[in-house]
Amino acid sequence: MNAPVKQESASPSSMRLVMTLAIAGLISGIAIIGIYESTLPTITANKARELREAVFKVLPGVSQMQALVYRNGELVAVDEPGKDEPVIYGGYDESREFLGYAVPAAGPGFQDTIAILYGYEPREKLVVGMEVLESRETPGLGDKIYKDAVWVAGFSALSIEPEIIAVKKGTKSNPNEIDAITGATISSKAVVRIINEAHAAWAAQLPPPGSEPAIRETDTASTEAGQ
Amino acid sequence: MKKNESYEEFIKGVWRDNPVFAQVLGMCPMLAVTNSAINAVAMGMATFFVLVGSSFLVSSFRNWIPKQVRISCFIIIIATFVTIADYTLLALVPKVHKELGAFIPLIVANCLILGRQEAFASRYPTKLAVMDAIGMAVGFLVALLSLGAVREILGDGALFGIKLFSANFELWVIMILPPGGFLTLGVILLFFNWFKFKKDEFLEDVAKAERSGN
Repeated sequence: MNAPVKQESASPSSMRLVMTLAIAGLISGIAIIGIYESTLPTITANKARELREAVFKVLPGVSQMQALVYRNGELVAVDEPGKDEPVIYGGYDESREFLGYAVPAAGPGFQDTIAILYGYEPREKLVVGMEVLESRETPGLGDKIYKDAVWVAGFSALSIEPEIIAVKKGTKSNPNEIDAITGATISSKAVVRIINEAHAAWAAQLPPPGSEPAIRETDTASTEAGQ
Repeated sequence: MKKNESYEEFIKGVWRDNPVFAQVLGMCPMLAVTNSAINAVAMGMATFFVLVGSSFLVSSFRNWIPKQVRISCFIIIIATFVTIADYTLLALVPKVHKELGAFIPLIVANCLILGRQEAFASRYPTKLAVMDAIGMAVGFLVALLSLGAVREILGDGALFGIKLFSANFELWVIMILPPGGFLTLGVILLFFNWFKFKKDEFLEDVAKAERSGN
């Protein structure tokens, strides 16, 4: 910092005040850049691992994945999806056979945006898994959308056509119905609505079952990340 | 003598002038993130790091910082430490970081930290300032933990995520919701003040007995 100046009763010059703040800001800026740069690789790796774990959770049996985006009328595999570009993940088993899509979706919940990832099996038109990635639902009530094992298990074979309907607990009678959580009706309906909306948005863009993009040979970046 | 002085600065923050129980400072993180013991510990550690780090710097540079811009300088120093704590938690314990959410950046606005810089660190030598900061931070951590533990045990039937009761235990869901924070804090403050009152009464009795004995 500046050269030491004795505490004097006369007020110091404006120049000195400006310099003190400028130097403090400069040192602070350097420290912040340092910590940002040094933690960035870990943070990116953590996020990639979290996503990978979530994809593997919502698509049972998957061992490889790749990011897919809709460009020029077809789904293509990419390494780095563009910013703000909707992306879904294709899941493949060990023999490189296509298993299903993992679709990230978000929408308003009871408190704040709920972000989820759901597994979609296009041949049977089934939701095969659901994982909440981000939510601020009320602890003890709305947070059951990811803490209630029975509710989460309800998404393991749920028909999505014509759409999913959340019904009062214990009254599920059709394959496209799921029991809402008692005490978290708004949050459970929100999750169902988010899936329905995302499905409606993607349905026209997905290729007919059987002609999904194959996993690429060189695709190690997205599958190895975070291992 | 010197040793006693540092010890005195340390212990006053933990007990007599405890930032939460005696000064009732830092209420925002206190009520917001204490719905589980692990969140309370993470918040306490982050505050510890920021408070001790900024007290050390503020005290070391106290003769260089002109008093007209001292508050701005304190805030710059505190904000830098908070940003460091924020990124470190995000990299090391992303789960806890997610739970604490916006309350980590808000440590900047914790009046406990700015208050210690203005009231203590900017006036006393570095060694005492650091001892004072450690005392206050430990006091804050103890307060957060006692609230977090009570709320998690009653509201979630667990402590540090380990289930304590059988499935028959009816959870007090309200304890992990915001009102639970107010209830628990109120009860703890009541106890703390009752204890202080009793102690003063006892000391008075002793003094009276001594006087009449003479």
